[in-house]
Amino acid sequence: MIDEEKISVKKIREILESVNDPEVPVLSIIDLGILRDVIINDDEIEILITPTYSGCPAIDMISMNIKLALIENGHKKIKITSVLSPAWTTDWMSEEGKQKLKAFGIAPPTLKQQICHTELFHEGEAIQCPRCNSYHTKLISQFGSTACKALYVCETCKEPFDYFKCH
Amino acid sequence: MKERINYTIHLADNALILGHRNSEWTGFGPIIEQDIAISNIALDLIGQARNFYQYAATLISNSTAEPVTEDTLAYLRDAKDFLNCSLVEQTNGDWAKTILRQFFFSAYQFYLYQHLQNSNDEKLAAIAEKSLKEVTYHLRWSSEWVIRLGDGTEESNKRILTAVDDLWICTGELFEATGFEQTAANKGYGVDVSLLKSDWMQKVRDIFEEATLPLPVETESQVKWFGKEGKHSEHLGYILAEMQFLQRTYPNSEW
Repeated sequence: MIDEEKISVKKIREILESVNDPEVPVLSIIDLGILRDVIINDDEIEILITPTYSGCPAIDMISMNIKLALIENGHKKIKITSVLSPAWTTDWMSEEGKQKLKAFGIAPPTLKQQICHTELFHEGEAIQCPRCNSYHTKLISQFGSTACKALYVCETCKEPFDYFKCH
Repeated sequence: MKERINYTIHLADNALILGHRNSEWTGFGPIIEQDIAISNIALDLIGQARNFYQYAATLISNSTAEPVTEDTLAYLRDAKDFLNCSLVEQTNGDWAKTILRQFFFSAYQFYLYQHLQNSNDEKLAAIAEKSLKEVTYHLRWSSEWVIRLGDGTEESNKRILTAVDDLWICTGELFEATGFEQTAANKGYGVDVSLLKSDWMQKVRDIFEEATLPLPVETESQVKWFGKEGKHSEHLGYILAEMQFLQRTYPNSEW
């Protein structure tokens, strides 16, 4: 039996702050907005998560790491449920998460309504270089090293960089 | 229930087979950025396929005692049981053919998922809502490439024209509903595909115009195969032979 006094959603969330995205290791699943809810049932903790992209290969590892983190903290009965709707969006990324991304060398996503459009050959908002802060940057490809990133190059410092694209 | 299962498997098969085809480019793309792009699109499609297969497996398990999982659906069915449209199984050919196949299919999937988001089946609606965001990128990318090739050099123009000749014959099937699609549309959990045709044609017309490509004539013989009923081209068997070999030779092996 779980001691009601000890377990609170707040405590569980604190534990989950230590679970990072294996592909963007500076971000926790809370920074990314992958963690959707924590439900404490009678003797079970249910964690609701949502994938960033349908084919995101990190999601299985994230589920496992959530379980491990909770087990290490003495919780045994854990259920992980994947929810698809509402669909994940970069707007759920925390401000703290965006700062961490930039410090890591990845340009953080701009607000969704500013750039998500289907107009062809259109680069949208200028993306700031995470290294030299120049806005003089160029899109190389909408698809990058992982599903959630696009490839850019800075025309000022000439460095290529990843942009966590809006979604 | 049989119709709902087949409809879900059909959506899954479309995504899996095109995802597999695209993945054949991984390591062989014309330049590294485009190799990465087509591999990312493959990954999105295989992810969508997994979501549909997992749901289909739940539906089957609820109605029979058969132990069915996403893996048994992908790896242990034969070509005649696959319900994907014939467009997605066509060979990669050159870059122009791969691009055009992606453009025709992404445009179709874009309008399909827009409608499927409103399905009265919560699961199908959720998968469509999620997938639509990804398909928006696929459609944009493939549209730009059709324009680049059509309005590019004499060689690129010639190649994409050949691709149009090869693939146009597969596009009629997309808008001709088979039995399970009709039932799905009537019951409100699926989409009436015949209604997607005008939007799709308009999209093709716009992109072809910008690409300086002549629009193919709509003909009676625009359907050569009917993969949605298991009547596939000869190409599907080869894909399955490669994709299923390991599971069939070493049953239940895992990564």
